[in-house]
Amino acid sequence: MRFYRAHVLVCAGTNCSLKGNRAVREALIREIEGKGLGEEVKVIETGCFGLCEQGPTIVIYPEGVLYCRATVEDVPELVDSHLLKGRRVERLLYREPTRPVAVQTVPELDYFKKQVRVVLRNCGIIDPDSIEEYIGQGGYTALAKALAMKPEEVIAQVKASGLRGRGGAGFPTGLKWEFGRKAPGGVKYVVCNADEGEPGTFKDRLILEGDPHAVLEAMAIAGWAIGANYGYIYIRGEYQLSIQRLERAIEQARRLGLLGQNIFNSGFNFDVEVRIGAGAYVCGEETALFESLEGKRGEPRIKPPYPTDVGLFGKPTVINNVETLANIPPIITRGAEWFRTLGTEKCPGTKVFTLTGDIVNEGLIEVPMGITLREVVYEIGGGIPNGHKFKMAQTGGTSGGCLPEALLDVPMDYDQLAAAGSALGSGALLIMDDTHCIVDVARCFARFFLHESCGQCIPCREGTLQLYHLVDGITRGTGTRQDLELIERLSRTMYVAPLCPLGQTAPLPIMTTLKYFKDEYLAHVDSRVCPTGTCRALATGHAAD
Amino acid sequence: MATVKLTIDRQPVEVEQGTTVLRAAEKLGIRIPTLCYLKDINAIGACRVCVVEVKGARTLQAACVTPVAEGMEVFTSTPRVLQARRHTLELILSDHPMECLTCIRNQNCELQEVSEALGVREVRYQGKTSRHEPDRSTPSLVRNPAKCVLCRRCVAVCQKVQGVNAVQTLERGFDTVVAPAFHLPLGEVACVLCGQCALVCPTGAIHERDQVDEVWAALADPGKHVVVQTAPATRVSVGEEFGLEPGSIVTGKLVAALRRLGFDRVFDTDFTADLTIMEEGHELIKRVKEGGVLPMFTSCSPGWIKFIEHFYPSLLPNLSTCKSPQQMFGALAKTYYAEKAGILPEQIYVVSIMPCTAKKFEAARPEMNASGHRDVDAVLTTRELGRMLREAGIDFSHLPEEDYDAPLGISTGAAAIFGATGGVMEAALRTAYEVITGNPLGDINITAVRGLEGIKEASVTLDGLTLKAAVAHGLGNARKLLDLVAQGKADYHFIEIMCCPGGCIGGGGQSIPTDTAIRQRRIEAIYDVDERMVLRKSHENPAVQTLYREFLGEPLGHRSHELLHTHYIPRGTVPRKEGVAK
Ligand SMILES: Cc1cc2nc3c(=O)[nH]c(=O)nc-3n(C[C@H](O)[C@H](O)[C@H](O)COP(=O)(O)O)c2cc1C
Repeated sequence: MRFYRAHVLVCAGTNCSLKGNRAVREALIREIEGKGLGEEVKVIETGCFGLCEQGPTIVIYPEGVLYCRATVEDVPELVDSHLLKGRRVERLLYREPTRPVAVQTVPELDYFKKQVRVVLRNCGIIDPDSIEEYIGQGGYTALAKALAMKPEEVIAQVKASGLRGRGGAGFPTGLKWEFGRKAPGGVKYVVCNADEGEPGTFKDRLILEGDPHAVLEAMAIAGWAIGANYGYIYIRGEYQLSIQRLERAIEQARRLGLLGQNIFNSGFNFDVEVRIGAGAYVCGEETALFESLEGKRGEPRIKPPYPTDVGLFGKPTVINNVETLANIPPIITRGAEWFRTLGTEKCPGTKVFTLTGDIVNEGLIEVPMGITLREVVYEIGGGIPNGHKFKMAQTGGTSGGCLPEALLDVPMDYDQLAAAGSALGSGALLIMDDTHCIVDVARCFARFFLHESCGQCIPCREGTLQLYHLVDGITRGTGTRQDLELIERLSRTMYVAPLCPLGQTAPLPIMTTLKYFKDEYLAHVDSRVCPTGTCRALATGHAAD
Repeated sequence: MATVKLTIDRQPVEVEQGTTVLRAAEKLGIRIPTLCYLKDINAIGACRVCVVEVKGARTLQAACVTPVAEGMEVFTSTPRVLQARRHTLELILSDHPMECLTCIRNQNCELQEVSEALGVREVRYQGKTSRHEPDRSTPSLVRNPAKCVLCRRCVAVCQKVQGVNAVQTLERGFDTVVAPAFHLPLGEVACVLCGQCALVCPTGAIHERDQVDEVWAALADPGKHVVVQTAPATRVSVGEEFGLEPGSIVTGKLVAALRRLGFDRVFDTDFTADLTIMEEGHELIKRVKEGGVLPMFTSCSPGWIKFIEHFYPSLLPNLSTCKSPQQMFGALAKTYYAEKAGILPEQIYVVSIMPCTAKKFEAARPEMNASGHRDVDAVLTTRELGRMLREAGIDFSHLPEEDYDAPLGISTGAAAIFGATGGVMEAALRTAYEVITGNPLGDINITAVRGLEGIKEASVTLDGLTLKAAVAHGLGNARKLLDLVAQGKADYHFIEIMCCPGGCIGGGGQSIPTDTAIRQRRIEAIYDVDERMVLRKSHENPAVQTLYREFLGEPLGHRSHELLHTHYIPRGTVPRKEGVAK
């Protein structure tokens, strides 16, 4: 093994890829070779580092200096100055809006100060295409440890950790595994839900791009725990990079005997296959996902029976979200008690959020459960840009609710956000400033559900259309107070009558906007005024009263 | 079987484990409204009309798919439940053409029924409605997706019962539509036109192609001599069109009614059913004796014929070459009867009253013109006849009983049982036995082939030969037998296949509703008709004997060959612009 004087980590996450990271990386390699530093300095592609807004990002170790928005033109100076002469390139350092002085290294960043990296432990640090680097960080020791335990002990450990599913519903993972274990049947499956259809959510993608082995390792542990020998990863077709890296990771793991027959000489066999979805939001719902995996029309099934009894191909199946699974190896190696030191009593651990919208630092963050929106928005996110004011945050993706400024101090976990009338959901955080019209925003939500309803049950198929029609009418200036009542009336039925949670949550985001921003709705229907001037059919400005 | 105790609306009830809340409620006499649910065929919880409150559940549960559980507390008519049901109905109505008064299913529509039952008085939602054009591409069925409530019963019956898969759920969300693959017209895909979809449709989204006006026009035409034939199964079902109990035998009233409508002669398909036995029986004997292709399949059921043409074309040589009784009738009406009555064949207009939508297709097949003209001019289903009689203001239940006209109205009990699954087989065996052995058959009731069992078997020993027979009804069951035959694993001599579950009494043109219990009662009635006949063997039919003497010569003779036998077309299943269903 060769030792290098410096490592240059270039982010190869999706966002940085869009911003030309590849060219930067190639230029770096050329320049380093050209300067004769090839023996001393190694360039590595890593998974997402989190500060997506500032990409392409480069971190140079051992000091951990962070460079942002680097271009091909910047490369000669970076190499010459930083790597050859040991002088930092000031102009490429990150400047936090709150501080006049440029941030030099990663640990100094406000962006990272509040973060705790459990799930993202390897993201941005290792080369995701290298199983050796994953193993170098302690990878696959959890699997080895689990295989030396009884399956029931593994399950007990996961139960004790209090880990809850990160796919949105927050169901206790250990309990799910126990159901899977106890379900009678020879053939069982483990499925990783990587469909990630929730708008504004891209955490699973970046986990898979940055640390694919973590998920494979966890799936094997789940297989051992429940008695399954086969796993599927159902992933969105758009996630080409994740798919590539997963496929490569599976090959590597098979080569080293970490997947396949008789893993660690335990007699346990486990293998994994990647299956690609076709982009329907509803196919992220576990039973619709099974239908899709089976080659059928992606529509939710009736529950019960639950997946742990009758799942994929009619067999008992444990299905977990990518992030849920990524929590498993550290829980096994470090123990349930350690895990419980993070987060809240009812929701231990961390949560990965994707921070988007009108916020200075858009990107991927991992924080302890129970952190408040205010901390995320102002301390990690760097606040609202362009001198605008915070208006609302939608938590949990499009199926989540919209929270106004007054609720910025709600601690974010499954139960407390639900109590506030929203949801933690997938961990999407969409921040909007005061230039957005609340009714127009609601119209976008309604449109999403209209588009994504699978069409199976009446209340969702017809209800999403009517909901859209009603909200759209308000933005066009034809809405009335009766329409507002009708929205509420329709929502009451949609909360309880549809076949699956898609239809049942469709009214939630809209109802929260109506609840917290009623005045803005009334301006639209009573005075035919859109205060933000977004709705073209209405007058701009403030309501006459 | 373990049982479960629960309460529904505070009333305790004990039912078998695995029972649904819907069935458990029925046991207590609580009627939960349903729309997409169809017993034994479709339980998908999609329409959400049957939602109930289950204590402890956050959302409402669909009673049709929710299994009972120990200690469960179910509430079926709380304000929350009633409101959700009503809103759901209101939503479906917001996307439904309000053409009830002119709809073919007016007053026999489940959507109307539930709307009434739930007290929906207003539709407040005004978003857009789905736009779909009717599909009139087949001679048998009309699809009108604009009226579809997407209950998917048709999809289920087509797939699960018939194994045909002619229609599927396409597109998503509000654009969802039930249609043939790739939105092709029904006439361009492998649909057998059995009409089971129309039978289960709760609304007017798929229905028979209505030919009532054509028949009215023929009746009004003084230049036309209009004769009518009635299929065996219609005499035990048409009464249901007038509120009589399922299984009421109304043969005489049916004849009287048709006379009142103005038909010049009222004949009976049963006559040619007896004739079919003569031809098909001799064909079987010939195949057995001369080493022809076996097993031989019956060929009376046009949906079945189309099915084998699409899906098992390699087995077409197994199919009897006999036309169906309907087509034999048409050919004879315009030759034998025309000659006897001294009427020009082109002046004769043949109408059939059929339990079947595929019969419309069969009558329109280009090769069905043995008389030199189209042999059967119009086919009315039981439902269309019901409508015609209502239009004419005929008080069906008070009609006197009348007799069919001779000679094409004379028949035996063997012909009547054609209407039930196993009937053709039983009739054939009654005749084959006596023709081959020359001895009378001891007990002519061959009960092994009767009833609703999906596949039935029987064997009869005739002069040392053990004739093995099998019977299947419903194309899903037919597939099982055909696969065995195709793999060379079946050693039957003779197989009866009827397209529709229960045979023709369960045909796609029959009265709505038609379910298993109703099928059962019609079958019982059919065997009653047989029991009451003096003559119960086809070869004893004096009119058939006369026909051979005067006109045909002998079974399988030259004239029979010309008039009573046909050939088939391998169609395949791949949708093509030309060909598949044409
Ligand atoms: C409409 C809908 C979409 C969903 N999409 C996803 C998704 O994209 N990814 C995911 O992990 N879970 C999704 N879920 C949740 C899954 O049904 C399921 O709860 C989850 O995969 C279970 O894993 P967990 O227990 O690890 O969270 C969705 C649920 C619904 C109702």
